[in-house]
Amino acid sequence: MENDVVRMVGIVKRFPGVLANDRVDFEVKRGEIHALLGENGAGKTTLMCVLAGIYRPDAGAIYINDRRVNIRNPRDAIKEEIGMVHQNFLLVTPYTVTENITLGFNRPKLFLGRKELEQEILQIGDKFGMKIDPQAKIWQLSVGEQQRVEILKMLYRGAQILVLDEPTAVLTPQEVNDLFLTLRKMASAGHSIVFISHKLDEVMKISDRVTVLKKGRKEATVNTKDTSPKELARLMVGKEVLFNLRKSEGKKGEVVLSVKELQALSDKSLPALKKVTFSVHSGEIFGIAGVAGNGQKELSEVIAGLRPARGGKVLICGKDLTSMPPLKIIEEGVAYIPEDRKGVGTVGNLSIADNLILKNYRHPPFSQGQFLNLRTIKNHASSLVEKFQIITPSLDTSAKLLSGGNLQRLILAREISCSPKLMIAVHPTRGLDISATEAVHQMLLDQREKGAAILFISEDLDELTTLSDRLAVIYEGEIMGIVNPALVALEEIGLMMAGKRIETLEKREVKA
Amino acid sequence: MSLTLEKRDTFSTLTNFLVPVISIVVALLIGALIISLSGFSPLTAYYEMFAGAFGSGYSISETIVKAIPLMLCALGVGLAFKTVLWNIGAEGQLYVGAWAAGWVALSFPDGQSWWLIPLMMLAGFIGGALWGLIPGILKASMNVNEIITSLLLNYVAILGVDYFVYGPWKDPKGYGFPFSPFFGQGAWLPTFFGTRIHLGIIFAVLAALILYYLLKSMRLGYEIRVIGENVLAARYAGMNIFRTILIVFAISGGLAGLAGMAEVSGVIHRLQHAISPGYGYTAIIIAWLSRLNPIATVIVSILFGGLLVGGFSVRSLGLSESLVYIIQGIILFLLLAGEILTRYRVVWRGGSRG
Repeated sequence: MENDVVRMVGIVKRFPGVLANDRVDFEVKRGEIHALLGENGAGKTTLMCVLAGIYRPDAGAIYINDRRVNIRNPRDAIKEEIGMVHQNFLLVTPYTVTENITLGFNRPKLFLGRKELEQEILQIGDKFGMKIDPQAKIWQLSVGEQQRVEILKMLYRGAQILVLDEPTAVLTPQEVNDLFLTLRKMASAGHSIVFISHKLDEVMKISDRVTVLKKGRKEATVNTKDTSPKELARLMVGKEVLFNLRKSEGKKGEVVLSVKELQALSDKSLPALKKVTFSVHSGEIFGIAGVAGNGQKELSEVIAGLRPARGGKVLICGKDLTSMPPLKIIEEGVAYIPEDRKGVGTVGNLSIADNLILKNYRHPPFSQGQFLNLRTIKNHASSLVEKFQIITPSLDTSAKLLSGGNLQRLILAREISCSPKLMIAVHPTRGLDISATEAVHQMLLDQREKGAAILFISEDLDELTTLSDRLAVIYEGEIMGIVNPALVALEEIGLMMAGKRIETLEKREVKA
Repeated sequence: MSLTLEKRDTFSTLTNFLVPVISIVVALLIGALIISLSGFSPLTAYYEMFAGAFGSGYSISETIVKAIPLMLCALGVGLAFKTVLWNIGAEGQLYVGAWAAGWVALSFPDGQSWWLIPLMMLAGFIGGALWGLIPGILKASMNVNEIITSLLLNYVAILGVDYFVYGPWKDPKGYGFPFSPFFGQGAWLPTFFGTRIHLGIIFAVLAALILYYLLKSMRLGYEIRVIGENVLAARYAGMNIFRTILIVFAISGGLAGLAGMAEVSGVIHRLQHAISPGYGYTAIIIAWLSRLNPIATVIVSILFGGLLVGGFSVRSLGLSESLVYIIQGIILFLLLAGEILTRYRVVWRGGSRG
């Protein structure tokens, strides 16, 4: 097309073991705000890093204004008038705003006066409605102001194409409004903006067009005014075939986990959970749906004792275990399958046998007093490896050499072998192939059969609706509603994932 | 064109062994260059060094005497490194251990009882442990960088001992030299076979065996391995990281303190200015060379004891003994470089088109 400023064709980018971008085509028009939507790990940031010269693609071509270009590094990108604002700002905190903006950017005029530079920065800021004090030191600024400095830096360097990587993740609602006003002004001045996000409502509000990525592939590009959050949610989360699952009627027992008005902060000290209340019964799979980053990680960590609660209660079998140390919670029979299998769930350099006793090494038969019982540990490992079909050359193999699916089997084997009363599973099938996914599903169902209470957090609506007995939808740290997945349409869950409360969905009785 | 590092998915146990060996060989080659630049024959110098260190019964015994404090310090340092705690304060912990043991010995100048030496050992261990706990507590409670605190406390400890040997504990009959009076004979560690090899060698080898067993088959050892490899997983598994950091620093400092005790009780027989020629620093190199394996530490310590003793004998050729420290330094550099090569492979990114 004639007015495409950016045209990326057939971009392929591989990382060891991952195909991050699989033949992706992507176009941006002059003066448009183009949202790039997808789950975590869908390849949004990778694609834009290719455009900004941070990664080199393994295949594919990039055209700027219909001219094929070869972008080898960020400097080349700037030459092509492409600027990217990353999630983590690249600012020198003891330096002033002006110094940061002009740093490392040699323009023909070598000795430009400081006053002139400050004036110029103020002018650019004014033009797009960004208030900033050019003399302030970066450390004195709020996160929102630092983001403005990053944007100004790119504009100062002449960026016509501006990529923003999840710019709203760190902002307050007021700052988000300011940012959106700025983006509108920039677009009407002829700048093109790529807006990376996984939040449906923002995308609907700010963008002209949306491109949805899923698992490294482009699903579709649509005009925002012709689409709906429902459709976008479906494109983003997608379908997956589930078969061969044995799901019994289930016998729901008494309450095992009870969460009352729970509050917690994210790593960035922003409110991540806002008075979350629900309970999970024995023999029940309680699903939590939502786009990643809406408080799921924090919720699981607070229950497991890895993150302090800032209000509210966590009761397990009636015992108040709010903000107790993790050991106390493990001893109460809580198993936890963390989102990060390699970083949290296992110790890569230790053997499979060592990894299989991570939770119960303190107790007989694995140890007597201070002494480990190496033979029992080995026998335990070999029986679990067999029972859970962990494929490994030996019990002494380092855990890091296992594939994703086998590593997840290892974690599940360990957690299930502790006969948990409550199991928290966070994205347990993410990145797994179909057979491994199915095995994980079956293990969760077997635990349900045995009377465990299961808190099942996932982004995949299909597995959530198939497995869950009840399903809650979380959005920005709040529960939008709790439904019976058998009686509700996917679209309604999609709307709740986009921030609509169940009460506002004028529909038949869907409450579970 | 550029040179980049690419992470290796796996690295073999063979490289684990080859990196230290190649580091030593290359360091000796570079040392040979330096020797020949100073106008000597490298072969003669190395022959002289080797003969000085291992050439006779006497030289072997002297090598072992030097290896004892190295072993104890390196075992302690290695345990801390295994937990990813960078205790580089073994030198100071050694001095405090020596001081505490000396204090006991000087308090009982005529002591002949069987309990005097055990009491000195206890004092030495506790002294070193407490000195190690200072950076340990700061690290565990406030995440203060232990590299800086443990390093700077070395100077405090060394100067603190100086204060005593220049001041209150100075030998009145010592013509003003900075040392304390000799300890009573009852505070001397027994020696073997008419050499200067003392009972400390038994402590050191025993300590190595205990640490080996601890890491392999004790709960604390398992916790140390998990925390050292992945602290998030340790937290997830409910381990008490705070407590483990303190225990590791206490054992690490305690072993260095025991080295100090062994040195004053077994070799010097009194406190003095400059008890250690940097054993605590050399221990860091030894710990790395032995890949934090306690049994390997014993062997590598003897090699380094030999390097120190051999360094004395090259003086007869007219070479400076600082050659030894140059070689030590080069070994450490090569080890660190080798460390990178075991985890990454070097890749040429040729051409300008992608």
